[in-house]
Amino acid sequence: MQALMIHLPLVGVLLAAAVLATAIARSASATPVVYAICAVASAAGLAAALLSLTGGLSAAPLVLPLGLPWVGAHFRIDALAAFFLVVVNLGGTAASIYGLGYGHHEDAPHRVLPFFPAFLAGMNLVVMADDAFTFLLSWEFMSLASWALVLAHHREAANARAAYIYLLMASFGTMALLLAFGLLAGPGGEYAFASIREADRAPAIAALALVLMLVGAGSKAGLAPLHVWLPLAHPAAPSHVSALMSGVMTKVAIYGFIRVVFDLLGEPAWWSSVLLLALGGATAVLGILHAMMETDLKRLLAYSTIENIGVIFAGLGLSLAFEANGMGWAAALALVAALFHVFNHSLFKSLLFFGAGAVLTATGQRDMDRLGGLIHRMPATSLAFLVGCVAISALPPFNGFVSEWMIFQAILQSPNLPGWGLKIMVPAVGGLLALAAALAAACFVRAFGVVFLGRPRSTVAEQAQEVDHFSIAAMAFLAALCLLAGILPGFVIDSLAPITQALVGGSMPDQTGDAWLSIVPIAEGRSSYNGLLVFVFIAVSAWLAAYLVHRFASRELRRGPAWDCGFPEPSPATQYTGGSFAQPIRRVFGTMVFRARETVDMPPPGSTAPARHRVEMRDLVWDWLFAPIAGAVDFAAGHLNRLQFLTIRRYLSFVFLALITLLLVLALWT
Amino acid sequence: MDLILSFLIQAAQMAIVLALAPLLTGFVRKVKARLLRRQGASVFQPYRDIARLLRKEVVLAESASWLFRVIPYLIFAATWVAAALVPTFAGGLLFSWTADLIAIIALLGSARFFLALAGMDVGTSFGGIGASREVMIASLAEPAMLLTVFALALVAGSTQLSTVAAVLATPEVGLRVSLAMALIALVMVALAENARIPVDNPATHLELTMVHEAMVLEYSGRHLAMIEFAASLKLLLYISLIACVFVPWGIAAPGSGLAGFALGAGAYLAKLAVGGFLLAFFETSIAKMRVFRVPDFLGVALMLSLLGTLLLFASRSL
Repeated sequence: MQALMIHLPLVGVLLAAAVLATAIARSASATPVVYAICAVASAAGLAAALLSLTGGLSAAPLVLPLGLPWVGAHFRIDALAAFFLVVVNLGGTAASIYGLGYGHHEDAPHRVLPFFPAFLAGMNLVVMADDAFTFLLSWEFMSLASWALVLAHHREAANARAAYIYLLMASFGTMALLLAFGLLAGPGGEYAFASIREADRAPAIAALALVLMLVGAGSKAGLAPLHVWLPLAHPAAPSHVSALMSGVMTKVAIYGFIRVVFDLLGEPAWWSSVLLLALGGATAVLGILHAMMETDLKRLLAYSTIENIGVIFAGLGLSLAFEANGMGWAAALALVAALFHVFNHSLFKSLLFFGAGAVLTATGQRDMDRLGGLIHRMPATSLAFLVGCVAISALPPFNGFVSEWMIFQAILQSPNLPGWGLKIMVPAVGGLLALAAALAAACFVRAFGVVFLGRPRSTVAEQAQEVDHFSIAAMAFLAALCLLAGILPGFVIDSLAPITQALVGGSMPDQTGDAWLSIVPIAEGRSSYNGLLVFVFIAVSAWLAAYLVHRFASRELRRGPAWDCGFPEPSPATQYTGGSFAQPIRRVFGTMVFRARETVDMPPPGSTAPARHRVEMRDLVWDWLFAPIAGAVDFAAGHLNRLQFLTIRRYLSFVFLALITLLLVLALWT
Repeated sequence: MDLILSFLIQAAQMAIVLALAPLLTGFVRKVKARLLRRQGASVFQPYRDIARLLRKEVVLAESASWLFRVIPYLIFAATWVAAALVPTFAGGLLFSWTADLIAIIALLGSARFFLALAGMDVGTSFGGIGASREVMIASLAEPAMLLTVFALALVAGSTQLSTVAAVLATPEVGLRVSLAMALIALVMVALAENARIPVDNPATHLELTMVHEAMVLEYSGRHLAMIEFAASLKLLLYISLIACVFVPWGIAAPGSGLAGFALGAGAYLAKLAVGGFLLAFFETSIAKMRVFRVPDFLGVALMLSLLGTLLLFASRSL
């Protein structure tokens, strides 16, 4: 059976749900109905995509008489698209289930409900598109739907600004994509991916298309220095939409990049890998350092998305480097690592945003420094959030570790690469990725520790209530998948084999055939890892230790006031906050990366005024890149504004002038 | 038969690290005391301490959560599993393929992650100070460690610890600049990771200088026993790791007879003793540094390990 025969009707269902939501948005039953439809459609899409990935459904293309009259709308679901459909629909299912509960707290459901299914449909369509026109149209549809969702709470000034910047960046990104596809389609206007793939093009054109693609897809995914909109826009949306934007939409952008660079462009140029590696490594470290400094829980998660996007792009860069040098097996390893990280990140980032949404529901707070002690009040949420934190910190036995480990294994294959650029770049990027991983662990110790542990820092945190069952079910589902993908990674890796075979012409050794289900990237003697056994060993030895201690030593327990070196301070304000926790790392990295300045205002002796400690940090990417551009645009707009107030005589002379100039140019050109 | 033998070796290894870890800690303390011309407690004192703590009741802070009570066992288990995978007296451990060197580091990372969370759990300022400094130290020590592993793996062509040890024991490897850099970096990381002087002082209770002790300040009774035990195991692990990679001689090859194992065990004990003595000697001859000097210290380790790796990327023979 043809996979598209299932997916296209499901997209239709989602679009119909969007229309239905517009009609009934103000009635009370709208929320459960719309999210239930989305959950069922996404779950069906997930099942079908899994079936496609294992070869159960035919990948035959389909042309519908839509869109441009002489092109039509091409659709195709190959292994790569099927994998990303899994990511999209898995995220969609979880977010819809979460929405069933979370949606009830929405003040303005009519601003969310119509766009949520449309957003899901748009992401599905991008992945299925098989020609440039359909791709761009779906891409823009996805962008606009998510933009509308960012604006759901438009009365908050920060959200309006976020949405404005998002709209600008999204348009800019689409423009880059438009130009990239224009170059790829060539003068003949061959928009179908099949003909783009066949076409011959000059190296300069291919290089330009690659850079444009990197700008277009990279700005959507959050690659530095085009990431500035992401930490503003993702947190502004309702939390389940934040989860979709961070966990899934960034992956759709990565899909676009992989589709063009690995599939359509053909042989990669060697410098493209250097570019990707440098950008990936820098993005990873920059993103996680920003996350470390952030005290808004949702913005912290958004910055951490930037880090993970950096890791994924570094993996893709490695894969390109290996492919360009004919090391298919190593290219497959790096590509699988990157794709595995795509899958993992979509799981734990959605989970963490759900957790942040649950905290927001329970307390109305996103500011970490006003939370604390939630583990006592929200046990299920805190456990799920903890799983997400451990997984995203790349710690065994959870899934994040497996993909990071594979990227490190891929780095260790790279001394065989020729060329000094790569030889120096790869170990440096390895160092940056290791730094990012260690900082990620620090960042999520801070996130979990400040929000869920300790004592409540405000009355809302003290009185928090556990959230509804739908939200908990969605979080538990993702947390379980994080663990499963971590202890049984072989199944995921094997299902990616057709993709690497098609894209880089190599594949990793068969994993699930191995004894005990360990994963072996290249050969048994070089490296192997068995998440299942690590998990079992830790569980058994922890249980054994606890059992023996309780059985034979002591099981007495007494509650008392905290010891705190003999001077316990009852005020929760004496606890470490997000800001103070980050202080050592800010001292180490901040002066360079953020131009961090600390000033202390100490009142003179005898004065009762409070002393103040101020920290000032700059976002250098914003200051050096975006602020000048915005300033230049403002300047130009201010001067061009005069054109609006001219007399009709002057307008006519301008028109004449323009006409003559154009005619002159035309005359000289030919 | 082979399987049973390697299973026995693995079991022996797990028992040995457990049995020796407190002894090593006691030995280091004894040597330090003697170097300071003190009598010092018996080398068996850590066993007594752990037994005493195990028998005592736990006094738990009112604001402590369930996580606080689970974490000691998790830390102990993760450290024990990691320690059991580092070849000590014999190579070819049954489960050596379960986790390679990167995974062993990550296991220790898991233990540290939870320890830092435990520091945050009660909600005291000391716990927070310890946790925030610990993650700052770890954020530099971990990349240095990973780059050291890269250097070792590039020389050995494998991240499997038994294979690395076996390759580095062969005479073809010889003396290399990259390995020397890796050794220095690894020792510096080991000092930081085990909260030793000059990074942290394991004996201090002077609040502002402590990192590790500040995190575990609220622990008592059996919980504290598990954490102290885990700390001893970690010290043993690092000394075993440095020994098995840089002094790999004497490790019994899989399939060697009883004499081989006896030799391996003897060599291992000797290595531990030398390692412990060197650690104690170093600690008594240097002052603890300010917390914000630690990044410089670890930055050197990071640069050395990066340089070592870069050299190997430039030429496999360096």
